[in-house]
Amino acid sequence: MKRIVPIGPYHPLQEEPEFFKLIVEGEKVIDLEINIGYNHRGHEFIAQKLTWDQIPFLVERICGICSDSHPYACVMAIEDAAHIEVPLRAQYIRTIIGELERIHSHYLWLGLAGHFIGYNTVWMWVWRYREPLLDLFELIMGNRNHYAINKAGGARRDILPEDYPKIEKYLDLLEEKNTMFTKAVLDDPVIRARLEGVGILSREDAVAYAVLGPTARGSGYAIDVRKDEPYDAYDKISWDMIVCEEGDVLAKAKVRLLECFESIKIVRQCLKNMPDGPIENRVEEIPAGEGIGRHEAPRGEVFHYVRSDGSNYPIRHKIRAPSFMNIPSNEVAVRGYSIADAALVLAAVDPCYCCTERTVVYEDRKPKYSGADLLRLSWQKTETLRRRYKR
Amino acid sequence: MSILRIIVAYLVFPGFLFTSVVGLFLTWIDRKVTARIHWRVGPPWYQPYADFLKLLLKETIVPEGASKVLFLLGPVLGVVAMTILAVMLFSMNFNPQVTFVGDLIVIIYLLALPPIGIIIGGSASKNPLASVGASREMTQYFAYELPFLIVITSIIIKAGGTIRIGEIISAQAAQGPFLYSFSGAIAGVVMLLTMQAKLGYVPFDAPEAEQEIMAGPFIEYSGVSLALFKLTRAMMLFVLPLFTISLLWGGFADWWAVLKFLVIVVLVILIKNTNPRLRIDQSLRFFWIGTGILSIIGLVLTFYGL
Repeated sequence: MKRIVPIGPYHPLQEEPEFFKLIVEGEKVIDLEINIGYNHRGHEFIAQKLTWDQIPFLVERICGICSDSHPYACVMAIEDAAHIEVPLRAQYIRTIIGELERIHSHYLWLGLAGHFIGYNTVWMWVWRYREPLLDLFELIMGNRNHYAINKAGGARRDILPEDYPKIEKYLDLLEEKNTMFTKAVLDDPVIRARLEGVGILSREDAVAYAVLGPTARGSGYAIDVRKDEPYDAYDKISWDMIVCEEGDVLAKAKVRLLECFESIKIVRQCLKNMPDGPIENRVEEIPAGEGIGRHEAPRGEVFHYVRSDGSNYPIRHKIRAPSFMNIPSNEVAVRGYSIADAALVLAAVDPCYCCTERTVVYEDRKPKYSGADLLRLSWQKTETLRRRYKR
Repeated sequence: MSILRIIVAYLVFPGFLFTSVVGLFLTWIDRKVTARIHWRVGPPWYQPYADFLKLLLKETIVPEGASKVLFLLGPVLGVVAMTILAVMLFSMNFNPQVTFVGDLIVIIYLLALPPIGIIIGGSASKNPLASVGASREMTQYFAYELPFLIVITSIIIKAGGTIRIGEIISAQAAQGPFLYSFSGAIAGVVMLLTMQAKLGYVPFDAPEAEQEIMAGPFIEYSGVSLALFKLTRAMMLFVLPLFTISLLWGGFADWWAVLKFLVIVVLVILIKNTNPRLRIDQSLRFFWIGTGILSIIGLVLTFYGL
């Protein structure tokens, strides 16, 4: 007998509004329908009304966890459109912040993953060592979150040389604790029993669903913008891409944990090789044209596209966040496993719904609105607004 | 014994009121120790009482289409069973002569009532998640009951074939607690694990996994009915270690028993905090194969008098 077990729109599994309809037979999941669209905020549309300088602040607020990734990709797109070079020191600063953010995001996920398998001790311990990192962000940039370090043409703030030892000190602590967590997670027999062989996403499916980031690398699909199309300091230092072949939840956890070691490595080298010099090239004019920015966010490649007509507003700003590509792959990863596993598999891609939110025209795989409907809705809205603000 | 004394025994001491107060205090210990393990501060001592009072003041909502009688019967069953259990165990520990033949059997049945209450309530609440939780609870009940009964059997053999708790306690007073023998230690381990499952603590909390099925059978409960479920849990945290001490660790012979009691409670809390949740099929396999074989080994050792 088929039944529906709803996960969402409000569910203790994930704190954001999302809706997974698990279609189950007994405890076995036979199908999954994914509905989003509970919290659409219209960032792309708002971006078209802001000046080039304001946009990084806007996209920073797309997501609280990727609050460096979106502005990073965005300023890279603007720099691409304006054909400006970024000073070397600014490149290193951006790379450091990008990698520190990766650690904090992976730790956030690891803690939540512990919570999802009912292991709250892991949750609390991981977040305990994530906390000094947030303090470090505050030290460097004045904010625990929403750092506002990226600026078209460079970095907004310098990392002061007297702060280097503090960062180094934290990295030492982190390396020790990350070793501990890696051992604790990968060697615990009960955790292995829960995670191993669960939610397998094969390499073929990973390619077919075009998944990104750790989700892809956990399935043996070696893609990473930092390696494939190096930017900023990523080709000036040595580091490895972590790839696991298994494709299950454990492989994804492994990729994330080992990536934290790589991030530590990158930050250390950046601090060592940090060149002197200016941190910003002033952008005077954005000529007509278009630009693309790609950055490897903690969850995968984040893609920003801007088109300029020479004015101080973009005429189009397109954002594609990695979760948007990763979440649909749940459809195949979750099939055939039990409800208990489904909760894990859905969380294993590290979904971020604020990145994924769109205007939704499909619900339960059936069209909800046609093009004509959307046009009618838009007209209705205009009509209401017109009536409200009638002069 | 006059009627009044019986009423006082059941309602005040050592029955409902005493067990509830001590049980809620034990849940505070649970929360505090858990918090310290988590590097948190933890709640003040009166938090469980405040939570309980708050729930009593809230409205009880019966979902539309649910069977009202069964839905409200579920939470009451557990509390009643635990009250009777507490009175029985207490009087047997302090006065081993008051027992009747077969009280161990009665206690085993009473221990089965809280899960049955959860299953009844969950199935009656007309919610898909609650019914998933109820079916998991049922699976888990059958899972842990097998090693539990085998262990009880080996204890009965150790005590010389008696099914009176009072006689089991006196036997331990004569020949030392059963726990200190080889088979007794095995029985203790199995008892601890089944206790964990009976309490519904991690790693055996699949029936109410909040991240998967949002508290499962309890999802539709609110107000007094939810408070009663919570109270049942709290009372179990008092009654189950008491039961274990009576059967295996010499009963409440002296004040050391309080320490033994706390050791068992802390062990339960530690197991809870150092394990992830098992899937329901995994916990079934764990109890029937792993723990089952262990308890049978214990039974065989008992036959040889080890």
